[in-house]
Amino acid sequence: MDRRAFLKTAAGALAASNGFAAPAISQRAGARALRLVPFADLASLDPVWSGDYMSRNAGLLVWDTLYGVDAQLKPQRQMVESEEVSADGLAWTFRLRAGLKFHDGEPVLAKDAVASINRWAVREPMGGMIKAIENELVAVDDRTFRWVLKRPYPRMLLALGKLSPVNCFVMPARVAATDPFKQINEYIGSGPMRFVRDEWVPGSRAVFERFAAYVPRQEPASWLAGGKRIISDRVEWMIMPEPSTAAAALQSGEVDWLEYAHIDLVPVLQKNRNVVTDLRDPLGDVGMLSLNQLHPPFSDVRARRAILAAMSQDGFMHALTADDKMWKPMPSYFTPGTPLYTEEGSEILKTPRKLDTAKRLLAESGYAGEPVTCMAAQNLAMHKALGDVTVDLLQRLGVKVDFAATDWGTIVARRGQKAPPGQGGWHMYIISLSGADTTDPTTRMIRTNGDVASNGWSKSAEVEAEIASWYDAKTLEEEKAAARRLNRAAFDQVVYAPLGTLLRHKAYRNNVSGIVQGPLPFFWGVSKTA
Amino acid sequence: MLTYVIRRILATIPVMAVVALFVFSLLYIAPGDPAAVIAGDQATPDDVARIRASLGLDRPFLVRFGEWSWQILHGDLGTSIFTNLPVAAMIAQRIEPTLSLMAVTLAFAVLVAVPIGVVAAWQADTLTDRAIMGFAVLGFSVPVFVIGYVLAYVFALQLDWLPVQGYTPFAEGVAPWIENLILPALALGCVYIALIARTTRAAMLEVLQQDYIRTARAKGIGQAGLLFVHALKNAAVPIVTVIGIGMALLIGGAVVTETVFAIPGIGRLTVDAILRRDYPVIQGVVLLFSFVYVVVNLVVDLTYTVLDPRIRY
Repeated sequence: MDRRAFLKTAAGALAASNGFAAPAISQRAGARALRLVPFADLASLDPVWSGDYMSRNAGLLVWDTLYGVDAQLKPQRQMVESEEVSADGLAWTFRLRAGLKFHDGEPVLAKDAVASINRWAVREPMGGMIKAIENELVAVDDRTFRWVLKRPYPRMLLALGKLSPVNCFVMPARVAATDPFKQINEYIGSGPMRFVRDEWVPGSRAVFERFAAYVPRQEPASWLAGGKRIISDRVEWMIMPEPSTAAAALQSGEVDWLEYAHIDLVPVLQKNRNVVTDLRDPLGDVGMLSLNQLHPPFSDVRARRAILAAMSQDGFMHALTADDKMWKPMPSYFTPGTPLYTEEGSEILKTPRKLDTAKRLLAESGYAGEPVTCMAAQNLAMHKALGDVTVDLLQRLGVKVDFAATDWGTIVARRGQKAPPGQGGWHMYIISLSGADTTDPTTRMIRTNGDVASNGWSKSAEVEAEIASWYDAKTLEEEKAAARRLNRAAFDQVVYAPLGTLLRHKAYRNNVSGIVQGPLPFFWGVSKTA
Repeated sequence: MLTYVIRRILATIPVMAVVALFVFSLLYIAPGDPAAVIAGDQATPDDVARIRASLGLDRPFLVRFGEWSWQILHGDLGTSIFTNLPVAAMIAQRIEPTLSLMAVTLAFAVLVAVPIGVVAAWQADTLTDRAIMGFAVLGFSVPVFVIGYVLAYVFALQLDWLPVQGYTPFAEGVAPWIENLILPALALGCVYIALIARTTRAAMLEVLQQDYIRTARAKGIGQAGLLFVHALKNAAVPIVTVIGIGMALLIGGAVVTETVFAIPGIGRLTVDAILRRDYPVIQGVVLLFSFVYVVVNLVVDLTYTVLDPRIRY
């Protein structure tokens, strides 16, 4: 007896009641609704106010960007039709494409772009850098705006089209006038899908409908660039915190696509002939061990070097996967397989672990057996596993460990505490970022600007100088050269300890096509047959 | 009686006030900072501080508590820090799935547990009794999520009789509504069945020793009538009590069950809010749970008067 027959039988006694109403959602959805299980919940839909990946991912459906990076990590025009930069590199003039519309039918104007840039720049480091050298940012006419700087900024297009949060989304000027530290209340988008606010159940479901008046570019879609052609009428995000439930729902056909397939469940899914599994993102997820550089022992670079000397990335990665095809060593501060990847200066990580050397370095740093507080989020499987390996590593070094296995919400608050570890502070914690976020020096994790460095308040003039030289680089070769010097300086100072790159699977029903590999689910070009 | 009810209802006010103060204080001293969660991994300490200020989280405890209490007195549970939606609206979105799950679980558990408890007492110290009590111990011992996964594997994946996850509102049809609730109610009900069945057995064993039962037997009353009319009614007070106490168990179990079956209920709302430190939502939900628990206890107390005429308030 299959499900339909079972239900008919079970409902037999009740069927006289004029028949049962079909679920309204199913009636609306039909075969063209694409149901995705994203990796987390959509808690907020203001992608400028929130630096969360999920807000970014939803934002990319609802709002369009002026530029967008493609799969080769190159920024391409998106809402912009053309740009001109003056010979001295100071004046940028941007012209918007014709026919762009907001979801309320109003045209997208240059003043909207200007207001959106102004709000974004307060929350995004590159935006802040440009603002610091800005002479003026003005709308010239309905489709043209000009940004005049005091000195050249070669990374302008990357800043406007970057992949990692916070992205420069174009909103109506009245919405973009909202304080960047407060949430917007109107979700009037400029992107290919409209957010269906009245069907939003935070923690359970978010729904997007195709925006018919969206004008996609003619170029083929590639990540954030090209023609964002939405084929499905509706996209439904079904939030399922339990990976087993999500995998079962995929097998039973209740959902179409899992952004992440849990590593333990991939073999089960691969046995199902209706399910396809594939590499989610060739850039993977990068594990990091952040070290507090305000307090001993890690205020001394020798203690930080001791960690690098004692660790082996395969030990960390094997705690996450037994499949050697699903992780990459990362003796670098840049993501493997990307243009700036370099192993310059990383010998300490590439040679076999040297516990004796590490113990000596630790002793030289003045470490005398004080408890070292290591934080790891238990509610994030990757963090917990990496935390367990870190504890083992520290114990092998003879370090007394205070393992604070807590939740991520506690860690993000505690990591901002500058107090000594015994008084509410910390020594080290596990963090992971999308590999797409560590492809270049725009990530804050590599910054070493002391008091404002978000990564353990690391401080190094050498590292900062090399970051600055990358921002000033005018050619890819100059960028690569700067990245090599930066990588060497970062390893010398041990800005943080890179733990390796984990690759993961995604999974989808075999009636879905057009899904590409990438750091987030791209819906353009994805279709589903009944 | 009416005076008692009014007195009990009025007594909920100080109880709720203490709960409110306790929850607010607990969240105030608990580690975590929603501003840091909102700001993201790449934010500067200054960004975090400005978000914290914009949310009013940098103000003194008494100011924040006073403001929140004033809102509550005006029937306003506040606004979620993250979703920007009113807490009352978020609870309203989630209340139906949780109430449905609890109601179906309660009905299923009582319908199963009471008869098997009665039979176990009737057949005390026999194989039937031991089998029923063995089942009860098993139901109480196996975690809800294990039962949930086994049920989903068998009835959803292997037999394809029922859906794996989700919830369909009652308004969209009885069949899809109950279809989504069968497996979660079975999973959640196992613990509850075990609790009620064991209590029923114990209460019935005591009642079956009473003189009036022997008298009833001597008068020739049939076995079923004796057990389910004469004995069960006299054993009902502890059974109703444990059903009431078990509501707390159901609320706790609903958190796990809603997660396993991806039901958008209050339990998951609570967990999500705690993980994010969405204070207004946590406070609103805890107040709601406390109120429900107080009301359930009141209903249980009032039920005693129906079941046992000797009890008067």
